[in-house]
Formats: sequence, structure tokens, C-alpha cells
Amino acid sequence: MERKDDFNQRRSHLKNLTDEELKSRFWQLSETIVRPMIDMAGKYTSPSIERSILLRMGFSSIEAKAIVEQIIDRGLMGKGAGHAVYRLSMIEKCSIKEAGTMLLKGNGWDDLIGSFEEGGK
Amino acid sequence: MVLDPDERIDVEEILKDLDKYRPKRKGWSWRKKRDSIKIGDFEYKNCSDSLKKSVPLPSAKYFGDIDPQPDYSITTEIASGRFEDDIRRMRMAAWHGADHIMVIRTAGQSHFDGLMEGTPQGVGGIPISRKQVRAQRKALDLIEEEVGREINYHSYVSGVAGPEIAVMFAEEGVNGAHQDPQYNVLYRNINMVRSFVDAAESKKIMAWADMAQIDGAHNANATAREAWKVMPELMVQHAINSMFSFFAGMKKDNICLSTVPPTAPPAPCLKIDLPYAVALRELFAEYRMRAQMNTKYMESSTREATVTHVLNMLVSRLTSADIQSTITPDEGRNVPWHMYNIEACDTAKQTLVGMDGILEMVDLKKDGYLKEKTRELKEKAVLFMEEIIECGGYFEAVEKGFFVDSGLYPERNGDGIARKTDGGVGANTLYEREKNYFAPVTAHFGKNNIEQYNLKNPSDAINGCTFENPEKIVYIDELDENDNVNVRMNENKNLRKNKILKPEVEWLGDGIVQVEIMLPAEKRTAEFAAIELGSKMNLKEIEVIHKEVLHPSEGTRIQMKGRIDASIDIGKLKIPKEPEILTDDEIRQAVKESPLRIVAGTVGEDEHSVGLREIIDIKHGGIEKYGIKCHYLGTSVPCEKLVDAAIELDADAILMSTIISHDKIHYRSMKRMNDLCIEKGIRDRILIIAGGTQVTHGIAVEQGIDAGFGRGTKGRQVADFLVKKLGESDNEN
Repeated sequence: MERKDDFNQRRSHLKNLTDEELKSRFWQLSETIVRPMIDMAGKYTSPSIERSILLRMGFSSIEAKAIVEQIIDRGLMGKGAGHAVYRLSMIEKCSIKEAGTMLLKGNGWDDLIGSFEEGGK
Repeated sequence: MVLDPDERIDVEEILKDLDKYRPKRKGWSWRKKRDSIKIGDFEYKNCSDSLKKSVPLPSAKYFGDIDPQPDYSITTEIASGRFEDDIRRMRMAAWHGADHIMVIRTAGQSHFDGLMEGTPQGVGGIPISRKQVRAQRKALDLIEEEVGREINYHSYVSGVAGPEIAVMFAEEGVNGAHQDPQYNVLYRNINMVRSFVDAAESKKIMAWADMAQIDGAHNANATAREAWKVMPELMVQHAINSMFSFFAGMKKDNICLSTVPPTAPPAPCLKIDLPYAVALRELFAEYRMRAQMNTKYMESSTREATVTHVLNMLVSRLTSADIQSTITPDEGRNVPWHMYNIEACDTAKQTLVGMDGILEMVDLKKDGYLKEKTRELKEKAVLFMEEIIECGGYFEAVEKGFFVDSGLYPERNGDGIARKTDGGVGANTLYEREKNYFAPVTAHFGKNNIEQYNLKNPSDAINGCTFENPEKIVYIDELDENDNVNVRMNENKNLRKNKILKPEVEWLGDGIVQVEIMLPAEKRTAEFAAIELGSKMNLKEIEVIHKEVLHPSEGTRIQMKGRIDASIDIGKLKIPKEPEILTDDEIRQAVKESPLRIVAGTVGEDEHSVGLREIIDIKHGGIEKYGIKCHYLGTSVPCEKLVDAAIELDADAILMSTIISHDKIHYRSMKRMNDLCIEKGIRDRILIIAGGTQVTHGIAVEQGIDAGFGRGTKGRQVADFLVKKLGESDNEN
């Protein structure tokens, strides 16, 4: 978009505001812009977020990457990758590391998916 | 492991047992500001505690070797591509006052989908991996003990792997990071929705680790065609990231605005930069200011860059700053070299300390130009945000190219950076969290259904995550057997294990030297002649890094770099012993036993008196204090007059000061003094000593006199020489 400088017309509603009023308007507007984005951020997840969760659960970056790829392939991102590992460890009554290793070897997926289906969304 | 100031840091030792190393602490450390602090003879208003160990400014020797440290944290950016050599630079920088070490990432890391591991060599920075971060943090843990101040370690949480990097940083004790999703969007073309979703997670993790965050707004200054025209937009960018960070859980005290004075001379920069700085500080009073320096207009002149940076710090001192960045003045021509990092730190220290207390004497005007401009900028920022909301929000505004437009808002030139909501790297990689979505970890942002497992804290599910139990962290050493630190260090083992020295600008043994030449020729002739001269000096890979026209035909100044293959075996190096100087008491005793008388003056047409007075005067600790009788004849004294006075007073020595050195006049005066004394028949019973800033002992002696003393000489050295030399001649007699 191209536009000539129209500051003098555009500012007419601001020119009578005090400095304090202008400042509070500045922060109200920034909140209006940011609020929907922060709300959205809390409702979605990404491969990097899920990998960061697996790192915090004690997996290496290499393991985290491989597990998340499989989680995506099997449509389980909406449950959470960390959740999947945790759930399998409960089903198998094994450690988190063992559950992750199982998933990496291609084991336990059917039980895991079955368990999520029972639990519903 | 404790560092010894007389030994280079042992990088091999740092790399030992890294798999078990845990950082000493977490979180950012601000300098402790003092209302008033006494250092040496002075009272400082804007300084923090002095360091246990440091290298003071060169002129500190005139002020009792004090080394006042400003109240702002001082940044140095390090980016050589080899973290093992960067560690040594960090130590040098810490001794020069840096307490914020910012490590630049290798080119392309922001598009790397995951964590990098190992220690491959980087380009324009290092691949930020756990091993490199841990090694550098370990080194800094030692260096901060050595200098006696916390050192903040900093890198970047951006790109498509932001949350993972944030986790690794939190685990490894990284103290600060750049984090701003707008940087991903505008400059890295990473999908914007993904960038904001990831950013919330990253920020929450950084907040847990109490890290300071620096935003990315300064990049608009460096990108926009006319950097000062993006000022209204920059305030909007700062506001978006600050607000988003606060909502993600970060405390305002750790949210720093990266703000750059947007112009540089020959523009009347203060007229533009100061209102902008004031507007920002008024609007963002609750946040922190990271005062970045202007890089947009940096050319290859280190002098010009330094002056711009000093002006930038004037803006900091007239307003405020919490972190003062330093840009190495050679950034316009090199990937910065060690010595320029140090220069930049010294420039900051010198300038900030020099302006200590300025606001006790100077006030910014509350009306007129400054006030009007400040108000105008704020109104423009508000109008900018109103327009974002009108068009449907941030993502829509970016799609329409609102940002980094070269028009001064509300003017628009239609050349802004536009991105598609469903475009860019990492597009379509977001997944909606389902009702039972769960993440069993600490510092996870957003929806997390812990109720389904009856948990109080999410990480209770796994008996604590790595944040509570760092022993769960998995450390990867190396993934590439050819590209790693062990291979590199094996190649230059000789330079670390044996006492072999090679010139170095960034990497151990790189052999690079810089040569400065003035050639009485026009620019291109001078450039190619200089390269030819470099070859004759046996330099390899010669590159002209700076040329400056002194006059279109009369002369060109050239700075060039080249590699030299020579090395020095320190074991075989002949270093003359530093002369042993008598103690004050020994000198006093000797003078008491055989009294001494001297005549002194500045010779020729030379009105300099300070140096000689310092050598003589008792109040400057000069030789009078030992009981030596001094007859000072003043300045511009003819040599004859000094010789006549020496005869008349039966002096033991003539002290001639000679500062002017054009056409080697100072050495000619020495020869003349020697000749005169011979003519008058007193040379065998009188000592002739010359002093001056350009005097070299060896060349002085070649003129026939007894000694020459250069810059920095103290009275005691001269007295020591007199006593010893006269003692010798007494013995001979």
C-alpha cells in the first residue's frame, strides 16, 4: 500500500489526549493486538514444543525428534507426545525411558492408540 | 579448577568431564547500582562495584590505577565460529568489563529443525549445541570467580526449534536470550502463526529460568532503507513482544527492549535519536532498556564506528539503559577480532564512566522541540496500532506488508516485508490440543489437562522433569567425527602445549596480522601498491580492509590484513631482564651519602613542561623527594644555557626534556648537548639525560648522551639511574 503522509488528519482524535491518556491508549491497543495471539498459542502445539517436552522428560534431542515424527505420523499430536510416552509407561508399567524406547522401536503403538480411544478425546 | 592470571585458560581441562558438569547458578544478574561510590579520589554516581581483577584504561595510571565499572551491564558479542577460541576472548573481555557475553549462532541455525549437537565449526557464529553451551558456561563460571562479578551468558531462542533451545538453555544455566517471534516472521521467513505459538512456550521456559529477554526490534533499523523512518513501528514491535512475553509469564523486570539510536553522523543524529529514546523510555517505563549501538551506517573505519558508538552512549546516559551493547568497531570489515571486542568494551567503559553524574548537571528540556517530537512519535505508534486492529489484527497486518515499510508512518511506500499466514518455513505444522492433551513437564504454556491424572503439578507424573532433576538431562558429546573440537585442537596442539607463539586475531595460530600504510597516491593506486608491498613483507592472503582518502592525489591510508607463517619459540626468545630499581630508601640513603645536584629544562623552541615537572617536583613524587637538588630553568631553554648553568652550579647531571620530535629535532638536540659539553670540557664529569614522549633509550645513547627516558617514566627511575651511574663513576675514580 502506498500513501502520502496524512498524520495531521489522522491524529485529530489523539491531539487532545494528555500524555498519560495517550500512554494508556498505547498499552490498551497493544493488549487488543496481542490477546488473540496468546490465547491461540495456548490451544495449539508444534513439533518443537513437543520435542521440548520430551527433552524435559529426559530424552536426548535425537530421540525426541524421532518420537515426535512418529507421533505426527500416527496422528497423536493433539494428545501430546509427552502424554503418549507417559500413557504407555502406565500401560506397560515401565519407566518413561523404557516407554520411549519402545515407541522408538515401533512397539506399543497399538495399545497406546487403543487406550486413547477408550479414554475418548 | 581455579584460573591463574599468569596462565592461559586450559580449554582441554574445560572439556574434561563435561558430561557431569552443572552450572553454578541460573538467571540473569544485574550489576549492583550504588547511589554513590568512592573510587580513588573520586565520588561516582553511576558506577557499580569495582572488579577483583581487571585491566584498567590506559590512562588509569595517572589516577592511581582505578578501574571504575559503570552501572550498566556491558555486552560483548562473540562470533568467531570456534567456541574453544571464543572462551579465551570471553576471559579477555571480562577483564575489560564485559559481563554480558552474547554468543552469535552459526548462519542457518534458525532453520535447523531441532537441537544441534557436538562442536562443528560455525560460520559467523557457532552452532549452539549443548556441549558448546556447557563448555562456555563452565569457563565463565571460572572467569566470574576470577574477576569477581557474575557474567551473563546469552544466545538466541528463535527459529523453528525455539522451545527446545529454550529448554536446553534453562538446563544449562544460560542467563539471557533474544526471543521475539517477529524476528522469525520478518527476517527469517518462518511461519508467523507457528512462530507465536512456539514463542509462548519458549518465553514460559525462559521465565522459569529467570532469564533476561532481549527483543528483535533493532533488526528493523538494520534492514530498513532509511532506518530512522521505522521509529513508530519499532515502538509497536517492542509493545507486541513485551506484552506477549508478559502474558506468557515473564516478569517485566526481565523483558528488555533492544533499542538502537537509528541515525549516525553526518546526520544530526541526536536530534532524531534523542526524542526517540525519550519516547520509548516514557512509554516503556516498567521494562528494561538494552541500548544497542548503530550498525546500519558502519563502514570499515573503526574510528568512525567508535565515534558513532560514543554518541549512542551519550543518548544512553541522557536517558537510561540497563544493558549497554558494544559493537566491535571492526564489524564493518571483519568477523570481529579479539582486540576489537576489547576496544569496544573499553570504549563503553571509558565513555560511560566519563559521563558519570551527567544528569546531576544537565536536564532534558520539558518543552519545545524535544517534547513535540517525542509526542509525535508516540501518536504515530498509537495510530499504527489502531490500523493493525482495523485491518483485522497482527497476522493480517503482516500479510499486508505493514512492517519495515520505508515510509515514515503514516506515509507508506508499499515496500514493507509481507508474509503469508500459511506460508514460510514451518507452515502447517501446528496441531490443536485435544481435550485430554497433556504434557508432564514444568514450565509448559497453555492448555494442559492435568486433572485427568489428578495431578497438582504436571511433572509430578514423572517424578519431576529435568528442571527439578537435572540428572535426567541427556548429554550428547559429538556426532561428527571429522568436524569437532578434538580434531581442531589436535591440529594446533603445538601452540597450546609448547611455548610457540603465532599472531592471532580470532583463532589460535591463525597467523593474521594487520598492517597500516600511508601511500602518497590516489586510492586505487595506493590499494594495489599496498597489496604488492604486503607480498614483499611475505604476507599471504592479503586483503585490503580499509581505505581512506587523505586527499584525492596526495595520499591514501590503507589498512590491510594478511597471514604470516612465522612463529616464535618462546623458549629461545631473548628477553632482556627488566632493570631492577632501587627502593625509595636506598635512593635517599645514597643521596644522603653523596649529595646530588642537577639542572633541568625543556630545550629548543618547546613549551612543554608537564613531563619534566613530574620527574622533578616533590609534589608529583619527583626526584626532589630523595634530596636531589634541582635547578629548573623552564621551557624553550637553549642548550648553551643549560650547559652554562651546569658549570656554574657544578651540577652532576643535565636533565633535558624534549617533546617536539618533528624531523628528529629531539635527537639532534641531544647530540648538540653532548657536543657542547665536550667543547666546554665538562663531559667527563656530567651526565646528560633526555626525556620525552618520543624518546627511545637506545637512539638517545647513539647521540652520545647517557640515557633516554620515554613515555610513562617516573622520577624514581631517573633517580635510580643517577645514583647508580654516579656510583659507578665514583668507583672508577
